[in-house]
Amino acid sequence: MPTTPTAAPAGGMLEEAWALDESVALRPEPFGALAYHFGTRKLSFLKTPELVDVVRLLATSTSVEHALRDAGVPESHWPAYVGALRGLATGGMIRPRGQRGQA
Amino acid sequence: MTILEERTAPPPSPGKLVDQFEKGLDAPICLTWELTYACNLACVHCLSSSGRRDPRELSTDECKALIDEFERMQIFYVNIGGGEPTVRPDFWELLDYAVDHHVGVKFSTNGFRITPERAEKLAATDYVDVQISLDGATADVNDHVRGAGTYDAAMRAMANLQAAGMKDFKMSVVCTRHNIGQLDEFKAIADRYGAQLRLTRLRPSGRGADVWEELHPLPEQQRELYDWLIANGDQVLTGDSFFHLSAYGEALPGLNLCGAGRVVCLVDPVGDVYACPFAIHDQFLAGNVRSVGGFDTVWKTSDLFLELRSPQTGGACTKCSAYDSCRGGCMAAKFFTGMPLDGPDPECVKGNAGAPGEVRPTASQNHSHTGTVRNAPVPLTLTRRPPDKACDENPLAGLTAGTGG
Amino acid sequence: MTDPIQPETDAPEQEAELAESALVEEVSIDGMCGVY
Repeated sequence: MPTTPTAAPAGGMLEEAWALDESVALRPEPFGALAYHFGTRKLSFLKTPELVDVVRLLATSTSVEHALRDAGVPESHWPAYVGALRGLATGGMIRPRGQRGQA
Repeated sequence: MTILEERTAPPPSPGKLVDQFEKGLDAPICLTWELTYACNLACVHCLSSSGRRDPRELSTDECKALIDEFERMQIFYVNIGGGEPTVRPDFWELLDYAVDHHVGVKFSTNGFRITPERAEKLAATDYVDVQISLDGATADVNDHVRGAGTYDAAMRAMANLQAAGMKDFKMSVVCTRHNIGQLDEFKAIADRYGAQLRLTRLRPSGRGADVWEELHPLPEQQRELYDWLIANGDQVLTGDSFFHLSAYGEALPGLNLCGAGRVVCLVDPVGDVYACPFAIHDQFLAGNVRSVGGFDTVWKTSDLFLELRSPQTGGACTKCSAYDSCRGGCMAAKFFTGMPLDGPDPECVKGNAGAPGEVRPTASQNHSHTGTVRNAPVPLTLTRRPPDKACDENPLAGLTAGTGG
Repeated sequence: MTDPIQPETDAPEQEAELAESALVEEVSIDGMCGVY
């Protein structure tokens, strides 16, 4: 039985460290990527290549903000991207690596 | 980026997912793999006209090579069917091979071979799901379509799976004229065994073409089904097979999209690749996995699939207010009733379907049994109706106005 | 320290646009037509 996914925190995700869950397979597509969680059988579509880059960079980035910068996401888009990451977190596709700093 | 560029960068707008899918994907999201045309049964509506094994079936090694290819292509999930996949002696070996190679499996079975021992092993295996076929909530309705003893076999299989601790396996029902009145009972049976109910659409495919006139739901039954799905659909799977009913109003959950050749396809027992398991016909044959380049090349480069992925003419349907969610309905249903592919679905709920064509294509393959079958379909006697409960003093108990006798 | 990003306020008619531009969409693996 898959464990309950961690609920996304109310704020401050930009400063947190996250990573793709090990049970998730990420498959690139022309429009972005498919992400499939073998345990929960959830299938998610990442609809821009930038979001795929952000998700891939999470594991080696000290924070979400660093991943967004490295992926070249303009700051004005960050709310949309953080919203997307929150959705992935709720579904258990990404997991926190450990809290760093405060909101 | 300059500050000015950042401030004025337009918001990301990837658009609707459905539009992305229509262009196709580098690999199917999931696919159906019919492992064998052999089957112990002779269901009257079999979409693959199964019964007798085809001597050209893929060997065990060829099946493993195909699984390797699925793994390379990152196909997360395959639906294994047939025929009856468990009659292949190497079925259980192939199942283990698939899950060991990062390919999740759901297999569809009539349940005859889901013994308590098999159920235990399945319950202990990750990334395997089981789907038991059942087409009647009572034995008379079910066995009419699937054969004598098949209802009991399905119940036994589900009891074995439940006892083994298997949760949320699937109980899959093909909706017909005779069972649409039993939807609540189907739900109750699924709940009883801890299974998830799945309702799917009958298509005039395979032997389904022969019984289409007798079995396909009447218009008022389509409405009944739609209303029931709207009321109960969050607990019920449909394999997206009722998107033509979305034309009644609220779209049903799902992609509401024909996935043939775009997000799904069929690999048949001899390695032929078709756009869809309901479209086993030369017109929808994309290639064969035994040819150079294997399945990957067929998926990416076959003329048929490239054609299906190019913008489709919705024809007359594009003017309909329901087109966005219905999209002209099911390609296979139109094809096998001899209707134009750019016209309405034969069961168009707006009543726009013309008469079925006089010339109807027949399936390119017929592996049906020719001799007698032990569990042959049982004629439905409409004059007798079994009692709802074992002891019912009131002879009218359970009868409501308008139900069949 | 970076201030938390404030979401832009949107007029109701832009909500539909936002839904369509959502960067992630979840789909049921059992929810495609053409599979068993």
